[in-house]
Order: sequence, then structure tokens, then C-alpha cells
Amino acid sequence: MLAPAVSAEQLPILEMRGISKSFGAVKALSDVSFTVREGEIHALVGENGAGKSTLMKVLSGVYPHGSYEGSILLDGQERHFRDINDSEELGVIIIHQELALIPLMSIAENIFLSNPPSRFGVIDRSAVHERTKALLAKVGLSETPDTLITNIGVGKQQLVEIAKALSKDVRLLILDEPTASLNEKDSAALLELLKEFRAQGITSILISHKLNEISAVADRITVLRDGRSVGTLDCHEGVVQEDEIIRRMVDRDMESRYPKRDPKIGDVIFDVENWSAYHPQHSERQVVKNVSMQVRAGEIVGISGLMGAGRTEFAMSIFGRSWGRNISGKVRLHGKDVDVSDVHRAIKAGLAYVTEDRKHLGLILGEDIRKNISLAHLGGVSSRGVIDDIDEMKVAQDFRTRMRIRSHNVYQETGKLSGGNQQKVVLSKWLFTGPDVLILDEPTRGIDVGAKYEIYSIINELADAGKAVIVISSEMPELIGICDRIMVMHEGEFVGEVAGEEATQENIMRAIMRRKVREE
Amino acid sequence: MTNPPNTLAAPPRGTGFWKDNLREYGMMMSLLAIVLFFQFATGGVILKPLNITNIILQNSYIVIMALGMLMVIVTGHIDLSVGSVAGFIGAIAAVLMVQYDLNFVLAAVICLALGGLIGAAQGFWIAYFKIPSFIVTLAGMLVFRGLMIAVLGGRSIGPFDPTFQKLSSGYIPEFVSSSSGVYLTSFAVGLAAAAFLVWQNFKGRSRRVLHEVETEPFGFFVAKNVAIFLVIGYVAYLLASHRGMPNVLIIMALLIGCYAFFTNRTIFGRQIYAVGGNEKAAALSGIKTARLTFFTFVNMGVLAALAGLVFAARLNTATPKAGIGFELDVIAACFIGGASAYGGVGKVTGAVIGAFIMGVMNNGMSILGIGIDYQQVIKGLVLLGAVCVDVYNQRR
Repeated sequence: MLAPAVSAEQLPILEMRGISKSFGAVKALSDVSFTVREGEIHALVGENGAGKSTLMKVLSGVYPHGSYEGSILLDGQERHFRDINDSEELGVIIIHQELALIPLMSIAENIFLSNPPSRFGVIDRSAVHERTKALLAKVGLSETPDTLITNIGVGKQQLVEIAKALSKDVRLLILDEPTASLNEKDSAALLELLKEFRAQGITSILISHKLNEISAVADRITVLRDGRSVGTLDCHEGVVQEDEIIRRMVDRDMESRYPKRDPKIGDVIFDVENWSAYHPQHSERQVVKNVSMQVRAGEIVGISGLMGAGRTEFAMSIFGRSWGRNISGKVRLHGKDVDVSDVHRAIKAGLAYVTEDRKHLGLILGEDIRKNISLAHLGGVSSRGVIDDIDEMKVAQDFRTRMRIRSHNVYQETGKLSGGNQQKVVLSKWLFTGPDVLILDEPTRGIDVGAKYEIYSIINELADAGKAVIVISSEMPELIGICDRIMVMHEGEFVGEVAGEEATQENIMRAIMRRKVREE
Repeated sequence: MTNPPNTLAAPPRGTGFWKDNLREYGMMMSLLAIVLFFQFATGGVILKPLNITNIILQNSYIVIMALGMLMVIVTGHIDLSVGSVAGFIGAIAAVLMVQYDLNFVLAAVICLALGGLIGAAQGFWIAYFKIPSFIVTLAGMLVFRGLMIAVLGGRSIGPFDPTFQKLSSGYIPEFVSSSSGVYLTSFAVGLAAAAFLVWQNFKGRSRRVLHEVETEPFGFFVAKNVAIFLVIGYVAYLLASHRGMPNVLIIMALLIGCYAFFTNRTIFGRQIYAVGGNEKAAALSGIKTARLTFFTFVNMGVLAALAGLVFAARLNTATPKAGIGFELDVIAACFIGGASAYGGVGKVTGAVIGAFIMGVMNNGMSILGIGIDYQQVIKGLVLLGAVCVDVYNQRR
């Protein structure tokens, strides 16, 4: 069921042809074509990292013309957007997952932030007020225009974002996971609103993970996988099954992307019991909810889940309370309770956490390979507080060879390395601390295929050396490819567990979806 | 994918040894060029023994504070209060020693401790409450300036005990009497220091060679050490032919040595750079970032207090104007010396060279009779120029 030919009476409002976009060596989009008809709700689905957001950033001019290949046609005319203002001028408005509202300003001020109605350069307050009122009525929000954003909930904030889009004469509204942080009622209201817009002739592109929502409102669905379009389904040509979408979203071709391994699994060495953590700003929001897990020596356990499931928060709160507040629960290593109340203690106890964001949280980009590797265990290259530079250099050289870090020497700045090599430096840093338990958060994000294979091999070696390895990843095939067991997290809880050999993307997705259905 | 792991490709400049040191050599060359320029322009006055002694005495307190300021800047902060704190401590010292007749050693110890306490009070808000250092120390600048005037009652207090004055205006004792007018002990101390430095360099180099660590070419290394020895020896000779080694130079040299070692070689020092380079990554590597930041401010307070004592001893009086504008010279010294305003980058030796670049320029321009107005203009432009060149070089 590939995209049917566009019928004559329904001209496409948007046509993206052969879009390719790379970040360094990583190809985020390859030859994606994507057509949206006037007045439809077009859903864009795919796994995390499939390229949905990148495609929308290309469309809205966040990545300017020239930084990608391919062409964008709006109303049949080719467009070269230099920035987001160019696309907004033509009525293409994107609402990002992270809302871009200013919390300490009022609803009205936020809506008319970029170009408020004014007379002689002075903002016309009463006009702002009146027009805001009208817009709020349109989106069905009963708040006064003077209410501060910080005083309304996320659901209403989402509506304010939409009102803001309407204020700009929107023709094509792009919503990136609009219901991700909304409850059921707000989600339903938002979807109703989209249908109303459709009736008024506004076209929408909806990015969502919630397949039930998509089947409820979408006219057509385009599925992306690994930066490629794998087809467009038309919901008016018979009922689209969720399974059908899932099958297209996930890639069953595992090929030889994952190194072979023969697991030798020992006793439980890592044991977390009733772990909870609350959001650091919204202290009433429990993000990790009484989670327990056990990992054995030599075992690789994956944690799967959608974005915002609480996986990173879970890991970081264990690792020296680096995230959250009101953290409670027990951590045992080799059967003994250990103190992980700060990072220093967690490292001492034998934990290591490789962050998701290696540039901002993992590396000191201005420093060289050597200094980054020794950073978490300076005691290992010094005596009485004085660093032995020769020892330090030797340690770095040893890791450089073992991990095949490609660089001129160990004095090269880490900021100038490729993503894969940077990740190897981060891994070296943590291996040098001699951990028993390694938590790897998105260990291959933004890394090319060849380097991925090497990282997987390193992970395998670590497990074979008797360490307990936990891998958090949004790429399901990766987890299926390397893990002995996969735990599925959803809304701060483990909602399912799949043994490695039984794991398929379908049953992981189902574990998440089942939970969703039960909630709704 | 730049290189297979084991090729012996010649490392490009900008890595390893050169990356660490090229900048510093450049700055030393600039200092040398500035000295030579003024030597020429002033007709040889700048390198007269009396004048060299003066340059050292005039800049001692700036150098002392620059050592602490460098660490503050490396962690990504700034301390605007150092001038006021130095002035305040000078006032306290005067009150204790002149009005209460306290023993000068005891008074000095109290003053240093008080400096540490002031640093702690400011560092507390910055490190643990995450209040921007700019604001906290701006407040400190006003508070301690005001307190100083209050302590002094708006007038000057002095003179100090002659022994205390020796801190700034004294010279090391001579053991050998000399007829030639050259203070031999001072000269010997200078030569010994130069020899020690060269010996340390050789030791470090042979260790690196032994372990096959990249290092500079031998010829360059020898030339560098000969130059170090000659410059230090020559300055020592000039000092020795005036009144000898000033006490404060000995204090300064020891402090510079200690802080250079501390920042370059110790775990603590390394962690300070890590905090400035990427605070979040440092914290996630088990470094106690808040505690380190706190410490740098305590240290800054102690050094500001020491500078306050040196300055008061030099003027032999505590005046309500003491310390005004010091913070600007100190901060400028660090930035001219290659520290980055974004944190994580900067060296103690760089800050010291930066302080002397400013000092020589002040001195040389005064000798040339350039008014205080244009002196400021020129200093400001030099600061801007130095930082621009540095930023440009980093981008390349």
C-alpha cells in the first residue's frame, strides 16, 4: 500500500521530495519523500530516532536550505527556507515537544511574543487582550489572557501553543508528540480540536507514538524507519490495523549488525529495590515509581520504553542522586547494601553511568583524551594527591589501543573526535574506575553503523568479564540484538519483561501499548 | 576515522606538548618584546636596577591576587571584591597593630584568617546557592569598601611597626659583605633559583624521553633553558646591584611555585579545570563541584588578605583609598595571561606573565610621561587585543 497517486481535486499542500540529511557521518534521513494533502490530518510515525523530528526541522527551516538534499514544494512552488521565520511566514507552524513558552509571562504576552499588534511601536494592550480572548475561545481554553503560563497545566499550555499558531494564520500545523505529557481528557480534547481544524481547512501533521490516537484522527499515516520512508497508509481505504503500523515501524532485518556472544550468566550482583524518585521542579510528580530490578554477573539487561518513560531518570537517580528529589529505595551490590547518595560514593561502590548526552554530560570537550579518561578515577594515576603524568599517559594509551580510539595521540582534544570515538573515550573513563555495574544510556546514539558494532563488542566483552551491564536504549532492534533480557518501562514503572530470545519489537511495543490501553 | 590506530603519523601542531605550551611561549615573547620596546623608548631607564626593584614591589600584590583569581576564573567564576577585601584587611591590620598594639605576626595571622572567612562567606552563596559570582562579589565589593571606611573612620592609620614594614620594603639579609656594591647573597639566591628551575626542566624532560612521551626538540629545549637561566640570572644581578632581593619577591616566588605545582600536578588542581571545563560532566564523574568552587573563593580571600597586608606595609599606612581598582588589574592580568572567560582554561604562569605585562606597561608609560588618561586607554586596548588574538588562535 504505497502512497496512492494524488487525486486531481486534492492538490498537495506540501510535497517533500528526496530529502536527505546527514550529521557528520550519520545519515539521519535518506531520500525521504513525503506528501501532505490540503485539509488532511497526516500522521507521521516511527521509532525514536527514525527521523521524524529531523524531517520536520527540515520542513520548518530549522535546518536551512542547503544543509540538506532534496526539495520542498509548498502549494506546488519550490521553497528555500533560510530559517523558521521564512516557513512561518507561509503558515507552516511547528509546535515542539518541549513547549517554547515563557513561564513568567502571561498567555497574551506569549501568544503575541514575536509580533504584537502595536501603534507607533507601542504594544496595543487592549488589542492584544481582545485578540487573545478570541483565540482562546477558538481552542476552547477558558482562562483569562492575563494568566501566567506557570499557573496553568501542561494541557492548557499546549492549547496556548496552538492558539499562538493560530495567531499567525496557520495553514500547516505540525504537532510533535502533542499528547505525550497530557492526560486522557486533555488528549481527547486536543484531538477533537484537530478535527475541528480539519473542518476549517487547516492541515495538520501529527507526530505521535500513541497509535490508538492516530487511528482515531488521521486520514493518512506515513511511517519512517531508520531515516527512510517505508510507505504511507490511507485510513480511508479500509481500517488500518495497529499491528500493520508496528510491523512497518520496526525493522526485522537484524542482519549481522550485532556481534555474536555466548552469555555466561552468574549470580545476582546488582539489586535495586523499591526505587522512587520525584521530579526536581514539580515535587508532586513521581517519575520513578517503586521500581525493582536485578541484574546478574555477565548479564546484559536492556531497558526499553518510549521517550519520557523515566528510564534515564531511573538510572541517574541511582547514580549518586544525579537527578530528582525525594529519592528512596535500596541498592545492593553482591548482596550488600551500598551507599549511593552521591556520585563519588556511587563510583566507589562500583557503579558507572555512561550518560545519554556525551557532549554535555559525558566529556570535557576542550580537554584531551588523556585527561578525560582519568577524570573519574584520578586516584588511580596519582600518589598522595599528585598526578603522575607518565602513568596517566600510559593508562590513556592503553585504553586508546584497547578501545581502538582513532586519534593522532592521547593529547587530542575530545571535541575534535567523531561521535563513535568520543563514546569510546567516555567508556574508557568508566572502565578505568573498575566498575561492577555499568549503566549505558543510549550508548550508540548518533554513532555510525561501524562504530556501533565496535561499541556492542565492547559491551559484550564487559559482560563476559563478569560485569552486570544495563543498556537503556530507544532503539529496540539494538536491545533485541545485544540483551539477554529486556525490561519495558512505561510511565516510571516496569510493565513487562521479555527474555532475549523471545524478544521482538512487536511484543515490546505491545507491552507498552497494552499498558496504554488499560490506562485509557 | 581519521587514522588507523597505530600509524606513526606526525602529530600536528595543536596537540600534545605544543598545545599546552605554545600559548605560554607566545606570552613570554610578548612580555619580552614590551620590555625591549620600553628599554628602547625610555633610553634604558626601565632596566635600571632601581626601576626593576620598583616594578616588582609595585606589582607584588597584583601578582599575589592573580594567583587566586586565576583559579576562580578557571572554575568559571569571577571575584570583583578582591580590591575592597584587600583594602579592608589592610585597615583591620592597621587597627590591630597601630591602635591595639598587637604583635604583627599575630595580627597578620588574624588578617589572613579573616580573609579566608570573607572568601568563605562569598563562596558559600556562589557554590551552594548557585548565585552568580558576579553579583555576590559585586555586593562584597560594596560591603567591604564600606566596612573599610567605617573601620578607618574615614582617615588614614599608620605608621606600622618597622618589622612589619619589612614585609614589603625589606630585603633579604646579606651574609657576605661585598665591596663591589653587589649584594652577593641575593645574587646567589637568584642564580640558585634559576639553576633549580633548569634542573627541574631537565629532570622532567628526561623522564618524558625515557617513557617516550612527546616533548619539544632538544635544541629548542636547551635554548629555552639557557634563556630562562640568563633572564633570571640577569634580573637577579640587577636586583643585587641595587639593594638585593626584596622579601616580597621571595614570598611571591614561593607562592607562584606552589600554585603552579598545585594547579598543574595535583588531583585537586585537575578537578578545578574539570569543573570549569564542563561542570555537569565533572559532577557526573564524582567530582564535588560545589566544594571545589567554595574552596577557590576561600583561597581567593586569603590571598586578597595577604595582598592587603603587603600593600599596607608598602604604603606604611592604611588609607581609605587602598585597593580601589585592584580587582580590574588582577582580572585583566588573568585574561591577558590566557585565561578563558568561559572557564576551564588558564595557567598560573600565564596570569603572572599577564600581571607583569600590565606592570611593565604602567611603569614604562609613566616613565615616558604618558598621562594617566591615555595609560588607561592603552591598557584597555591591550587587554582587548590580547583576548581577541587568543580567541582567534583558539578558533583556528
